[in-house]
Amino acid sequence: MIRLMLNGRETALDVDPDMPLLWALRDHAGLTGTKYGCGIAQCGACTVHLDGQPIRACVTPVAAVEGAAVTTIEGIEGPVAEAVRGAWRDLDVVQCGYCQSGQIMAAVGLLAQTPSPTEDDVVAAMDGNLCRCGTYQRIRAAIADAAARLG
Amino acid sequence: MLFTPTLPPVTRRGVLVGGLTLGLALALGGRRVRAAAPAGGLDAPAAPNAFVTIAPDDTVTVVVKHLDMGQGVSTGLPTIVAEELDADWAQMRFAFAPADARLYANLAWGPVQGTGGSSATANSWMQLRKAGAAMRAMLVSAAAAEWGVPESEITVARGRIRHAASGREAGFGVFAAAAAALPVPAEPRLKRPDEWTLIGREDLPRLDGAAKTDGTAIYSLDVRVPGMLTAVVAHPPRFGARVAGFDDAAARAVPGVVDVVEIPTGVAVVARDTWSALRGRDALEVTWDDTRAETRSTEALVADARAVLDRPGIRAAGEGDAAGALAKAATVIEAEHVFPYLAHAAMEPMNGTIARREDGSYEAWGGFQIQTIDQASIAAILGVTPDRVRLNTLFAGGSFGRRAVPGADWVSEAAHVLKATGARAPIHLVWTREDDMGAGHYRPLVVHRLRAGLDADGRIVGWEHRIAGKSILKGTPFEALIVADGVDATSVEGARALPYAVGAHRLTVHETRELVPVLWWRAVGHTHTAHAIETMIDELAHAAGRNPVDYRLSLLEEGSREAAVLRRAAEAAGWAGPAGGDGRGRGVSVHTSFGTAVAMVADVSISGTEIRVARVVAAVDCGVPVNPDVIRAQIEGAVGFALASVLRERVTLADGVVQETNFDAYRPTRFSEMPRVEVHILPSENPPSGIGEPGVPTLAPAIANAVFAATGRRLRSLPLDLSGEGA
Repeated sequence: MIRLMLNGRETALDVDPDMPLLWALRDHAGLTGTKYGCGIAQCGACTVHLDGQPIRACVTPVAAVEGAAVTTIEGIEGPVAEAVRGAWRDLDVVQCGYCQSGQIMAAVGLLAQTPSPTEDDVVAAMDGNLCRCGTYQRIRAAIADAAARLG
Repeated sequence: MLFTPTLPPVTRRGVLVGGLTLGLALALGGRRVRAAAPAGGLDAPAAPNAFVTIAPDDTVTVVVKHLDMGQGVSTGLPTIVAEELDADWAQMRFAFAPADARLYANLAWGPVQGTGGSSATANSWMQLRKAGAAMRAMLVSAAAAEWGVPESEITVARGRIRHAASGREAGFGVFAAAAAALPVPAEPRLKRPDEWTLIGREDLPRLDGAAKTDGTAIYSLDVRVPGMLTAVVAHPPRFGARVAGFDDAAARAVPGVVDVVEIPTGVAVVARDTWSALRGRDALEVTWDDTRAETRSTEALVADARAVLDRPGIRAAGEGDAAGALAKAATVIEAEHVFPYLAHAAMEPMNGTIARREDGSYEAWGGFQIQTIDQASIAAILGVTPDRVRLNTLFAGGSFGRRAVPGADWVSEAAHVLKATGARAPIHLVWTREDDMGAGHYRPLVVHRLRAGLDADGRIVGWEHRIAGKSILKGTPFEALIVADGVDATSVEGARALPYAVGAHRLTVHETRELVPVLWWRAVGHTHTAHAIETMIDELAHAAGRNPVDYRLSLLEEGSREAAVLRRAAEAAGWAGPAGGDGRGRGVSVHTSFGTAVAMVADVSISGTEIRVARVVAAVDCGVPVNPDVIRAQIEGAVGFALASVLRERVTLADGVVQETNFDAYRPTRFSEMPRVEVHILPSENPPSGIGEPGVPTLAPAIANAVFAATGRRLRSLPLDLSGEGA
């Protein structure tokens, strides 16, 4: 039994400790907003927050988050999350939307740490998140917009 | 396969409409049912009740008959209805249609429900305008009857029905039931463009924006059916290989694994969750029979395509004596281009869920792109009629053509697993990235040879174009649809009717034989034909000593849409020439696909062998711009999607085995590489044409031409490789 704080609630998952957090979330915690894209930490679709830091859930064994706080797209809240979501919606960033949970989690992680990111900060935070629809231009604009809202 | 389609090609404005076209006859259970193509082509009788439902709370739900894979049909199609209905955007909702080709056929294809060829808006345009207008008229009639006033005195605006003289006012909801029961007006009055308040508006938010930013949007991989089991399949490493034998003892010993079954495409491990299924598959031992498998490597496949090019091909287009004209030309330029296999690599790998219901019928959930084929495929495998298969079409995490498969590969695999397990539990079929990348259905490997000749004044006098590759459609249920006189139109689209005056013209197609499954990949044949043509035009401009924009304009028909978008892009980019030097260069291209003309100007910089694209300026004529912001998003996205295919993407085979199976080796465009993209939409009152695909074809030639400006090197093949010998 793996115990963790999941989206602010104490949660116990009765799963193989080697199971990647991604599959534990999707198949056992009923949280399908976190997506599978590659399974090898190359696309970022599975990005969640571990104690506030963006991580790739597809390569994180669930045993590694025992006792930690995990936040998914369903549970992210607060001023930074609101600013990011608002910017994403106002700029109509999404196309297919499949990668956008991970993009938003990466952007929230960035702005929570670095409210006024430089271009290098943004690239460092976002370059690991693939978007096959090519929404990067709007992601860039939405991050700037969210930073301005928070400013 | 039980399909017997008979599909003659259809033309629109003299141009073949992208991928699929007309008329499908299904022979099911020995009984041949032939559906008739809807009369009137892209027009259809008003069917408000099939497309519009109004709830008591005033929300208006538009039934969207197309798959939304990101292109925005779940916003664009409701816009058309809302306009004619005089609804308020805030009250609009959408729902994906069930599989029902009688109501929801793609009018550009005939009696087939499906999405592709950038046809969603074009084929729905009149249908949804009429649906919205008819529903509006019915609401007015219902209100007039209830209020006892003449219909002519009632006005509708922003979701409110009013009768000024009596001061009465209501929303749509109170009259919805009465309106839906009224006779449908055959020819409801449609608004004039000057009356539009929603079409063309910049500020309508996407209807799927909220659900896709809070984790609540349900994609097919998110489907959870009570009692379902998850299946993963061990697929053969080579195309055409079959299962010779397998040992499932270790797999069955993995906790959570419930069953291991052989299916036509491999061996399926069925388990209580995804992780158990994956571990079970890892433990499975399968031996493969490669007797009838593709065992060639990429180099051999390219060599074989070149050899096919040396032999006579099938004539696909022509005018005059091209060989004779070239023999007399003052200057002849020859080019050979090799285009690799490309994977769609949608972010959501293929997957689907299927269940048997208590009454013996079946229900499936997926990102279905050709519902009629998918439904019939499931029905055939499970031995029922298609009406006994209910499809739930969900958001698709990308497609780029991959979910529209004439052979219904992933859909069929889910049905086979369900069948092989006795349909005891619902089956959730999951493909890993490796399964998805290794499953073929690539953009074909294609080799072009082009010879063009100039006279002493720099005019083109002869054009000879040869294209070798595997036909996408031959041997599929869609063969008769689009293969005419031996030519698969998807192999040569974009190269048949050139917008330029090229003198004598000859185009031949040379078919290769291979076992690698190939498929349409966003913009299909245009992905290679536009590159071959637009880089050749650039070479000719250079040979003629002309500015590439002026040269193109001199060859284009004055007043053509190509000339208009080219002028607009050049002007917006501040075009003053290729602007080479200092490791920088600028290139231009123009091409029409799916009824839409696009021009692009690309700015590149070169550092060593690395090509960076700083900026792309695009101009687009896609008819009436229904949702300008969605149009811009599709062009921006097409640049982001296609860029990596220009710079590095390719699927290669080594002894028949796919080498690039995940994003470490097949590397889509990343955030840091995204150019600044500016999109200029030309105003138009022509009916809307495609927008999902037309942004792709112009990118590669614009970049290649810019690389020439920067380096003086003509990199003809894709991806562009400055490290090689090149030309």
